[in-house]
Amino acid sequence: MGKKLLAGPYLLWMVAFTVIPLALIVYYGFTGVGGGFTLANVAAIARPEHSKALVLSLALSMVSTVCCLVLAYPLAMVLRGRGIGKGSFIVFIFILPMWMNFLLRTMAWQTLLEKNGVINAFLGFFGLPKLQIMNTPAAIVLGMVYNFLPFMVLPIYNVLAKIDDDTINAAADLGANFFQTLLRVWFPLSLPGVISGITMVFVPSLTTFVISNLLGGSKILLIGNVIEQEFTKSGNWHMGSGLSMVLMVFIMASMLLLAKYDRGGEGTTF
Amino acid sequence: MGQRILRWVENFYLFFILLFLYIPMATLMVLSFNTSKARNQWGGFTLGWYLKMFDSRAISQALYNTLMIAFLSALIATVLGTLAAIGIDKMRRLPKNVYMGVSDIPMLNAEIVTGISLMLVFIAFGVSLGFHTVLISHITFNVPYVILSVAPKLKQTSQTTYEAAMDLGAPPIRAFFQVVLPDIMPGVLSGFLLAFTLSLDDFIITHFTKGAGVNTLSTLIYSEVRRGISPSMYALSTVIFVVVFVLLLASNFLPKKKEA
Repeated sequence: MGKKLLAGPYLLWMVAFTVIPLALIVYYGFTGVGGGFTLANVAAIARPEHSKALVLSLALSMVSTVCCLVLAYPLAMVLRGRGIGKGSFIVFIFILPMWMNFLLRTMAWQTLLEKNGVINAFLGFFGLPKLQIMNTPAAIVLGMVYNFLPFMVLPIYNVLAKIDDDTINAAADLGANFFQTLLRVWFPLSLPGVISGITMVFVPSLTTFVISNLLGGSKILLIGNVIEQEFTKSGNWHMGSGLSMVLMVFIMASMLLLAKYDRGGEGTTF
Repeated sequence: MGQRILRWVENFYLFFILLFLYIPMATLMVLSFNTSKARNQWGGFTLGWYLKMFDSRAISQALYNTLMIAFLSALIATVLGTLAAIGIDKMRRLPKNVYMGVSDIPMLNAEIVTGISLMLVFIAFGVSLGFHTVLISHITFNVPYVILSVAPKLKQTSQTTYEAAMDLGAPPIRAFFQVVLPDIMPGVLSGFLLAFTLSLDDFIITHFTKGAGVNTLSTLIYSEVRRGISPSMYALSTVIFVVVFVLLLASNFLPKKKEA
């Protein structure tokens, strides 16, 4: 009985620093600068400059999520096949970059991608055409994939590592070829990891303002940039909160969608 | 034959991903030895930026803040999170799900929203932004990760050992420290390490909750983006990277005295 009380301190902490702050966002989002209830801040998402930013954010984050999944799944399979330790080495490889600052790592891509950057010098040496993606949406997607790939690899690797070799061998014994095994055994069993990987990549990609700032130049605005500017430049907290609420609706919608899909996936395992 | 080709393809793929992940790091390391301040020009080799690293008060202050916030937030989050995980373990299903649902919000929500909402609450309650508000914010986003790494370990430990310790006359506190804690220690430690790393690498939440006078390395770098980053920053992060690399390498590959 007494042990339950140990959850008390963090319960108070959550109320003070998670629940009340979110309630404040809702309060600011639904009130005007002069006070009084309004829907104007939420409706402001329909303004062309805002909706354009939201659509672009949704598009880029979907592309980056798909890229991460396509890169991470085979990687997780290879890593599982190598049976590298109890996962400590995997974590080692993917967590280590985090110790070099996120902003510096992302900015290093400027040096690599620039017109006279490292990659173009390399391509030029072999007489290949130059890559001109700096300050374009492509560079932003690259930055997202680079930064968030570990969040896709780790959950997928974790579920794959738990799959018993016997299950895979049984599929082969029963005559399944590689692709059948992949579709009917690997993928259904790894779905929980895939789902959590997708959310872990999609949400930060959808809401970033730093990557677009550093690799997209100042012309490409994502919804994160719009919200950040409402708070730091325009100082219109009501508008910023209203747009944040719209953003949260998209985050929740994506999670519900995935949760539903996950349950469906478990049902069709057999 | 097919096996060999497959193995070769796999190796190539691993190499490609590692190259992708580590090439920016290599770039920064090279730039830390560059005489020229420009990011896209090689001006010759120098060790000067390493010597000048701590000349700048701004950099050393930011480094101090970064490490202090990372250490304190990880420590406090580990204590709060471990206690919470033990409490949750004893809860019924419904309160447990509600508790976990709220607890997961800072982990699942957009960082920009978490940062903004915390900034709003500090300002609304008249708390001036500074070191302490960054610390509180980092604790807030760190606790769910600690709970996530401690909870599975608790599930693995058997309730009977704790009860046995009490039957043998140990008071609950002693039973906890001598029986339960050693069992869940790997989870507690990895939670602490994860919290420390996340705090160290955070920019977005710090950006909104830091106030004017205080900088961490992240926010200092961000403020320098427009006017050009001092290569001393590259030197400093190279040093941090190498130190961590060696420490992790040692802890991973040195023969362990006790196999867990």
